Amino acid sequence: MRRYIIKRGVLLIPVIMGVVTFVFLLIHLIPGDPVDMMLGETAQQADREMLRTRLGLNDPIHLQYYKFIKGIVRGDLGDSIHYNRPVLEIIIDRFPATLELTLGAIVIAILISIPVGIIAAARQYSIFDNSSMLLALLGISMPNFWLGPLLIIVFSIKLGWLPVSGMGGLTYLILPSVTLGTSMAAILSRMTRSSLLEVIRKDYITTARAKGLSELVIMVKHALTNALLPIVTIIGLQFGALLSGSIITEMIFSWPGIGRLTIQAIITRDYPLVQGCVLFIALCYVMVNLLTDLLYVFIDPRIRLSE
Amino acid sequence: MKMNNDPLLSVKDLRTCFRTTNGLARAVDGISFDIPAGKTLALVGESGCGKSVTALSIMRLIQEPAGYIAGDRIIFQGQDLLKLSKRKMREIRGNRISMIFQEPMTSLNPVMTIGEQIMEVIQLHRGLSKKEALGLAVEMLNQVKIPDPAIRISEYPHQLSGGMKQRVMIAIALSCEPDLLIADEPTTSLDVTVQAQILMLMKELQQKEGTAILLITHDIAVVYEVADYITVMYAGRAIEQAKRSRFFRHACHPYTTRLFESLPSMDKRNEQLSTIPGRVPDPTRYPEGCRFADRCHLAFDRCNKEDPKMRFIEKGHSIACHLENAPAISTATATITRKTEGRATYTSSPLVSVKDLKIYYPIRKGLLKSIVGHVKAVDGIDISIGQGETLALVGESGCGKTTMGRGILRLIDITCGTIHFNNIDIMHISGSKLRRLRKDMQIMFQDPYGSLNPRMMVNQIISEGLISQGIGGNKKERDNIVKELMDQVGLDPGMIHRYPHEFSGGQRQRIGIARFLAVKPKFVVCDEVTSALDVSVQAQILNLLKTLQQREDLSYLFITHNLSVVTYIADLVAVMYLGKIVERGTIREVFDTPGHPYTQALLAASPCIGEDGRKKIFLEGEVPSPVNPPEGCHFHPRCPKVMPGCRKVYPGQYSLSETHSTRCWLYE
Repeated sequence: MRRYIIKRGVLLIPVIMGVVTFVFLLIHLIPGDPVDMMLGETAQQADREMLRTRLGLNDPIHLQYYKFIKGIVRGDLGDSIHYNRPVLEIIIDRFPATLELTLGAIVIAILISIPVGIIAAARQYSIFDNSSMLLALLGISMPNFWLGPLLIIVFSIKLGWLPVSGMGGLTYLILPSVTLGTSMAAILSRMTRSSLLEVIRKDYITTARAKGLSELVIMVKHALTNALLPIVTIIGLQFGALLSGSIITEMIFSWPGIGRLTIQAIITRDYPLVQGCVLFIALCYVMVNLLTDLLYVFIDPRIRLSE
Repeated sequence: MKMNNDPLLSVKDLRTCFRTTNGLARAVDGISFDIPAGKTLALVGESGCGKSVTALSIMRLIQEPAGYIAGDRIIFQGQDLLKLSKRKMREIRGNRISMIFQEPMTSLNPVMTIGEQIMEVIQLHRGLSKKEALGLAVEMLNQVKIPDPAIRISEYPHQLSGGMKQRVMIAIALSCEPDLLIADEPTTSLDVTVQAQILMLMKELQQKEGTAILLITHDIAVVYEVADYITVMYAGRAIEQAKRSRFFRHACHPYTTRLFESLPSMDKRNEQLSTIPGRVPDPTRYPEGCRFADRCHLAFDRCNKEDPKMRFIEKGHSIACHLENAPAISTATATITRKTEGRATYTSSPLVSVKDLKIYYPIRKGLLKSIVGHVKAVDGIDISIGQGETLALVGESGCGKTTMGRGILRLIDITCGTIHFNNIDIMHISGSKLRRLRKDMQIMFQDPYGSLNPRMMVNQIISEGLISQGIGGNKKERDNIVKELMDQVGLDPGMIHRYPHEFSGGQRQRIGIARFLAVKPKFVVCDEVTSALDVSVQAQILNLLKTLQQREDLSYLFITHNLSVVTYIADLVAVMYLGKIVERGTIREVFDTPGHPYTQALLAASPCIGEDGRKKIFLEGEVPSPVNPPEGCHFHPRCPKVMPGCRKVYPGQYSLSETHSTRCWLYE
């Protein structure tokens, strides 16, 4: 097991290096002069030179790369042009909001999808199964930028039950989490259903039935634990979609998280901040996938006991 | 059938149906039988005749709503199981009636320890505390003879071998001391040596606990070893029922007798095996008359019109057949005169000659994948096969038979050794030359379902070899060759545009044969080609292989674990154990006077009809891992005749005759 964990950890190194390199190159991939893009063509030559020096763009590229990596290792992602503060500080400020939103979305997705998936699998082709899977299809097809405003119109404006936007107590969290979590819930319930359907045809489920266990025990204790591996994989992979989805959702609900920060940084052409945000989101994604791999260890003894 | 005044289980006119897209499938269609307490009833028949469905119906485990039990009664200890509530039925399952299945590999939950899986049923039905249940679980593992039960109990299924898993299944099934144990092909996927152990264990536990057993099997030899009563099933019904002693002497339903006659054996070496043409009728469309009529060699007018009812022909023996005096089986009594042996010595220049073949797999560990050892799958083997000869390679699973077969064809990488095919050194020829030579050496696989590409039509499958070897000009010509080949292997050439899933297992193996015949090979490796087939179909395939051998002068390397198949088809046999050949010789030599203790044990373990009181040698344990084979003779930990010297050095080869040799210190 320790080998497995170490192996997973070591495998991350090239991935992280790739991400860092890509983010570094981001500024150089912009067509034209990045300084022009940031300051506009009407800017004074002196201002341009100043920014150029501040961003270190006058140095040879390998030196820039070296400085960039050195900065990351020290936790220095440069300063935001717009806010005039260290990028890392701004990101750390905003991160809890995004974390709250994504966790809210995941919790909602799991709470809906696992029971729905179990019932749909236990009663395959029943009315519940068919209608829930139809709903799931709808859930996957609905884009956030459409679902979000729709929920605001119904629950905030028409019914007046929930706040329209902003961050505050739990009531503020509901609509954005639902918006963000819907497609994940839909994908997860389909996944749970199909994974369970595969498992309940296995011989060991017949063994469990032959033991005289009740259907509920069979479904939860024997089937779900075996069906969990693909479900956890999907949760891990969907986390990436959740992060990118949060960019739009945070805009709709004026949620002060990383997503909105990224958009603002792009609009204001605050390249150090864009770099920081992209790097941060990418690292989050990588870490979640590592966590998923580690979760396998607890779910499946065959992975746990290998080596 | 009257057996006992008060049978433990009495199945009366059981009918189980499944709704399918083709209509209602009457999988079990009016079967009746009784099982007295403490006795074993064997339910025998080919696949698809409703044996397993009968078992699942008794447990009421038919998956609704697709399947349902239409009638009539299953009386167990005086109560009708079909009338019980779901809750009451759950109290019986795993408690009064328990079940073990064919596939020990997949019958245990992979994410729960075996202890949890045993304790679960104990806690459920016996209401014991966790601690008491744990104690009992250890005790159960001990009873099924699992070594170190206290340690093994916290292991997961993947850490156990197939035989061990089946023992765990038996422990689960017997932990609540059931009155009836249903065993659905419990030893089919196990090696003969392990099969003998498991059957012995079931018998022992039966004698101790007085458990009745419903044994479902297709293997008549297993029935002979363990059953008290036999019910032969065909197309959802019982067609013959008798006590064991009577059954093996006087069984007389034409289907039963044909089943017996289709069993391969040494006595039938020089004749074609009896086969049963056609297949079990589709359960959605049973014929009006006798369901066996269209396959029966004795059918007459009445059979096609009138459905025969079960009738007694003797006390305790009934059949469903219109024949007044159906001829009884002959195998148990008649001795067939032994004809002269076929060619069984090496020809001067063998077609295939393998010298000191070694196939090692590196074991890699750590982040840098450094090689820390080798799995010696094949460890220095010499064989040679003459033109038109069949060499059988036998041994338990995991001994390297399949690796050996593939290695000879260079389908996998070889560590060292030489292979000559038709005097060409195929170890040192270029890829393109080897590809051209592939035409002459072909392989046929075990699994008729997995070895054919499901997205290719039969003509594409068969003509692929023609195309790659440049045989047959255009598609039309090739199609004609394909049709001819299909005709040769007994397939309807009209089915040329069908996909593999439209064929039965036996037909698929025929496609496999047509595929290799297409390129007119000289040598074919047959890897367990009949082990997935029913005996009657197995007989057809064996007949076909034998006919083709005679006509085309083919050589076969026949890899199998079924010894009766070996005696029928092979000229020479090589017994393999952990990567080495421990004994070789002609069929007669090896089977009549086996030299190596392993060969003796294998022969003793394989069930055999008509050999009562045969001395059984039970091999302890299972094949050890080839990663760390035992020092000295690899077989010594299991050998009943082990001597101190065996533990030190691997024995050399000792000739017992010109063709018969063995590697054992006993002959030093």
